[in-house]
Amino acid sequence: MADTSTARFVNIGERTNVTGSARFKKLIMADDYAAAVEVARQQVENGAQVIDVNMDEGLLDAERAMTTFLKLIAAEPDIARVPVMIDSSKWEVIEAGIKCVSGKPIVNSISMKEGEEPFLEQARKCMLYGAAVVVMAFDENGQADTRARKVEICTRAYELLTGFGFPPEDIIFDPNIFAVATGIEEHDRYGLDFIEAVQEIKERCPHAKTSGGLSNLSFSFRGNETVRRAMHSVFLYHAIPAGLDMAIVNAGQLDVYDTIDAELREACEDVILMRREDATERLIDLAESYKGKSKQDEKEAAEWRGWPVEKRLEHALVKGIDAHVVEDTEEARAAVAGREGRPIEVIEGPLMDGMNVVGDLFGSGKMFLPQVVKSARVMKKAVAHLIPFIEAEKEEGAKAKGTIVMATVKGDVHDIGKNIVGVVLQCNGYEVIDLGVMVPWAKILETANDNQADMIGLSGLITPSLDEMVTVAEEMQRADMAMPLLIGGATTSKVHTALKIDPAYEGPVIHVLDASRAVGVASRLLSDTQRDGFVDDMAGEYAKVREAREGKAKSVLLTLEEARANYYDAFLSDKPAPPLEPGVHAFEDWSLADLSDYIDWTPFFRAWELAGTYPAILDDEVVGDTARDLKRDAAAMLDRIIGEKWLTARGVCGFWPCARHGDDVTIHREFIREGGREEHVVLPFLRQQIKKSRDRANMCLADFIDPAGDWIGGFAVGIHGIEEHSQRFLADRDDYSDILLKALADRFAEAFAERLHQHVRTDLWGYAPGEQLTNEALIKEEYRGIRPAPGYPACPDHSLKPILFELLDAEANAGLSLTENFAMLPTAAVSGFYFGHPEAEYFGVARIGRDQLEDYAKRRGVDLPTAERWLRPNLD
Amino acid sequence: MSARELLRSEAKRRILIKDGPYGTAIQNAKLAAEQYAGDTGLADDQKGNNDLVNLTRPAVIREICDDYIEAGASLLATNTFNANRISQADYGAEGFVREMNIAAARIIREAIDEATARDGVVRFVAGAMGPTNKTLSLSPNVEDPGFREVTFDEVKDVYREQAGALVEGGVDFILVETVFDTLNCKAAIMAVRELAEDLGRDVPLMISLTLTDLSGRNLSGHTVEAFWHTVRHADPVTIGLNCSFGADQLRPHVQLLSGIADTLLMAYPNAGLPNELGEYDEAPETTASLVKQWAEAGQVNILGGCCGNTPGHVAAMARAVSGMAPRIVPEPSTGMRLAGLEPFTIAA
Repeated sequence: MADTSTARFVNIGERTNVTGSARFKKLIMADDYAAAVEVARQQVENGAQVIDVNMDEGLLDAERAMTTFLKLIAAEPDIARVPVMIDSSKWEVIEAGIKCVSGKPIVNSISMKEGEEPFLEQARKCMLYGAAVVVMAFDENGQADTRARKVEICTRAYELLTGFGFPPEDIIFDPNIFAVATGIEEHDRYGLDFIEAVQEIKERCPHAKTSGGLSNLSFSFRGNETVRRAMHSVFLYHAIPAGLDMAIVNAGQLDVYDTIDAELREACEDVILMRREDATERLIDLAESYKGKSKQDEKEAAEWRGWPVEKRLEHALVKGIDAHVVEDTEEARAAVAGREGRPIEVIEGPLMDGMNVVGDLFGSGKMFLPQVVKSARVMKKAVAHLIPFIEAEKEEGAKAKGTIVMATVKGDVHDIGKNIVGVVLQCNGYEVIDLGVMVPWAKILETANDNQADMIGLSGLITPSLDEMVTVAEEMQRADMAMPLLIGGATTSKVHTALKIDPAYEGPVIHVLDASRAVGVASRLLSDTQRDGFVDDMAGEYAKVREAREGKAKSVLLTLEEARANYYDAFLSDKPAPPLEPGVHAFEDWSLADLSDYIDWTPFFRAWELAGTYPAILDDEVVGDTARDLKRDAAAMLDRIIGEKWLTARGVCGFWPCARHGDDVTIHREFIREGGREEHVVLPFLRQQIKKSRDRANMCLADFIDPAGDWIGGFAVGIHGIEEHSQRFLADRDDYSDILLKALADRFAEAFAERLHQHVRTDLWGYAPGEQLTNEALIKEEYRGIRPAPGYPACPDHSLKPILFELLDAEANAGLSLTENFAMLPTAAVSGFYFGHPEAEYFGVARIGRDQLEDYAKRRGVDLPTAERWLRPNLD
Repeated sequence: MSARELLRSEAKRRILIKDGPYGTAIQNAKLAAEQYAGDTGLADDQKGNNDLVNLTRPAVIREICDDYIEAGASLLATNTFNANRISQADYGAEGFVREMNIAAARIIREAIDEATARDGVVRFVAGAMGPTNKTLSLSPNVEDPGFREVTFDEVKDVYREQAGALVEGGVDFILVETVFDTLNCKAAIMAVRELAEDLGRDVPLMISLTLTDLSGRNLSGHTVEAFWHTVRHADPVTIGLNCSFGADQLRPHVQLLSGIADTLLMAYPNAGLPNELGEYDEAPETTASLVKQWAEAGQVNILGGCCGNTPGHVAAMARAVSGMAPRIVPEPSTGMRLAGLEPFTIAA
């Protein structure tokens, strides 16, 4: 799994800094530490990876304020989980602070301002206390302003520090960001000097880090937030690739580089990178127009802001606008409080009214899932604002319509669908307890019982999850539970639910086809009048499915022997030439920009339950508007993912000599390093057994391999790094962006598989060097060769994945791992085999007989019950 | 060769064995209150003050130490878990802290020197420092979360006194063990590093964390990885885990630490979990077979026992891992490794 605790660039918030936040200063001055602690909590909840604490204020006893505050936040596990940056210009304050911090903090800062001796003494202390340090580029002669001075001071400090054993990885240089575009010519180079200095310092001081305080940069544009944000964003855009590791900045003061107005962006770039003589004048001129423009824009867009507060909340919910929801909610709450009402009435009144409108529009097909998820984001923020008030009154929370415990079952990691259902249910007034992914049955049952849940919802994507759902049902039965069990997820079906899950549990079992059905099912299950009828109806339906299954003349199966006799007779002389580059090839970081051209958008819209083929879906009469909005949001996030390098595409592929033996493909692997020792790896494949009409063959993937010697390939690709961003979105109660990100990561994984396959055909294996296909043609698979994935119809056994992963050393080469049920981690991942024969095609193995099961267990080297478990979906 | 280098070179060749606990063995000696007190003239009842026994009944300690040497231990810790000013205040015995530490160190030093003279096996003394019974990270008063019973400098001074006496008595290392509060440990590190500076020589540290819940956090809330980030500046010659629970429950945490710590790994678990009577009844062979799994996985350099272990347990461990390859210390990472209660790394 990707390690979410490792960062490449760190934004350090300045909200618990009396010099950076007027509000925090006010709280500390007023001795209101309880509220000050909440500021820190919010900062961490909003994704701060390090919190900067600064109490340097003339009227404060900074040492007392620092130690008091640090001890208080140490008692709050949700704050104390992140490291602290102890920020002061006074060494006494820093040292007093260090003594209160139990983890490994950063000291900000020390410098050679007073000469080498005090600098080294303080650095030595920091080392003994176990703190990293920020070293300001400051010496006896003052603060470094030019590139040369910055580099000179930092390298001198580096030599001195490492000279007495200070660990280089614990040093952070701050080479001073100064204001640019001040009208003073000497200041023009400040931005560029910083960026160039960072690059040189990183080269000359191995393992050391760099940082800067960003707000200085735009000091001359105080009051013009648009321009300041643009300058900060442009600056980081260039400084990060130069090696800047962290910056102290208000994250709210940043824009996405690509969304900055092109004219403004260019003007900022001209100033920061000193690209023109008149850059400053031009930016100043342009800045004037932004002052006016932004105000006018706001006026136009804010017409609805003049409406009564209930209408505003409804509008915000229906349109999914979260910008003003907290202030509107507060206004509604204050109004309610003014007439002695309770805060809960805001939820029960205007907010639920608004959500009912959303629910009606969704129910009648006038709103679609992406919009509903956006509405939910607004609702969550409003509720989050009210909760402290509700709790302060010790009232009962809003009476939920019902409580649902949801989980992706053990061994499975896929959660997009489950999250969507959760959001839809929450929008409709249900309390959802989401246990996340890979949840063992015991935890599901325990949570449901402890919370007196009204029902349990299970989700899963891979086929072994079906078995796990049966286990949950059996355990619910054993525990004598009676609450309804809802089943959902891509591999689940009404038939499977009827045949396997319903009989295992006496309580109601309901298969929920998609998110739009979830509310209907839940409301009927909780309705006094409809419940029994609904449950009986469903039970009756499942019984009918079972009967139909009993009575149905099953398709006739051939014996395994007969099926093998009817194998697919490929023209083996057409087999591909040996690969140009045999062996295993790892790709550490494939360009996301390149992959974005290979994205197949149709499944993306399907994930959001919008039916249609891309790009026609954008002009669809019914869902076109929604699809276009969704595509626009997706494109914006895609730009950030690429521009800010949120994700990393890692992959591996390999080619091995092999031969067909019956339905097995035996790979000959040579260990060159171990004296040419050869090892055989057997890939057993399954053969279609259903009797075919006319002269169609009973296919098996092995049929595409020459018994006299051939080549086979394999690959595994994964998209790393979503966790950090996903957590940030969830902390911000932004399910919409979270689901969007996960859906895009899935698309990147598929695009990577497509792109890598192309690279294999044209270069690595090289059997189709001249291939020139458009993305549409690629999506339609108009190329030679196939890449079937374990767990999918042509080779339905997920358990081939460990063999494939071992061949590829996918863990080391692509950072991929498998769960006990062979789901891949990270979740956005694809793996499969390469068959290069021109006649190779996809097919479904479908139902197989006992004889093949027994034969397969033998070939695979496992006992019968294990093989049965793996192949369950292909057995009766 | 310095003790640090010698231990590292010995640990390259085999898995070393540390001793087991002294407390249980001292209780088995069933000393009366006046035997504990000896001729110290202390006013308070000294029964149960195991650390004082170093001074008043040195032969009892020597015998336990000899039993562990006999069992195959080559790293012997001093019987000084509570021999600090804070803990001794409970017995009114603060005045004897220095003496009891010097005596404790000398007993073990003599025992191993004699043993080594007999058989030539290299052995080491680690001066053990327990966590004290005060915590720097937590308030004992739920109403006032910002309150602390002690200050960093007070705890540092307490450790400085104990570490100074242990070094004076001849220990090779200072073992900061059963760390339940990471900030107490940082104060101990500071104390030992300042001591080393004053003495003008290396005083190598050994650091051993104890977990208070199965999810892998200590009492102050640090995860195993966050703890390593927080204490690695001590350049400890060993890092590891002790006490907490049995080897079975400790396994995932040993595995985790083994993969990230670029120094020797020492683990000494309890002999399983206590039974209803609060007694440890895990058989020596059971404990040994559990720790052997760590050895097989290449995850440990030094193994020993904490609560409930006996010389029999230590001997069984020594037999179980005899001849097995020790853990190979991984290369240090060059990322910036910070920590709150949880670890945070900025990539190299």
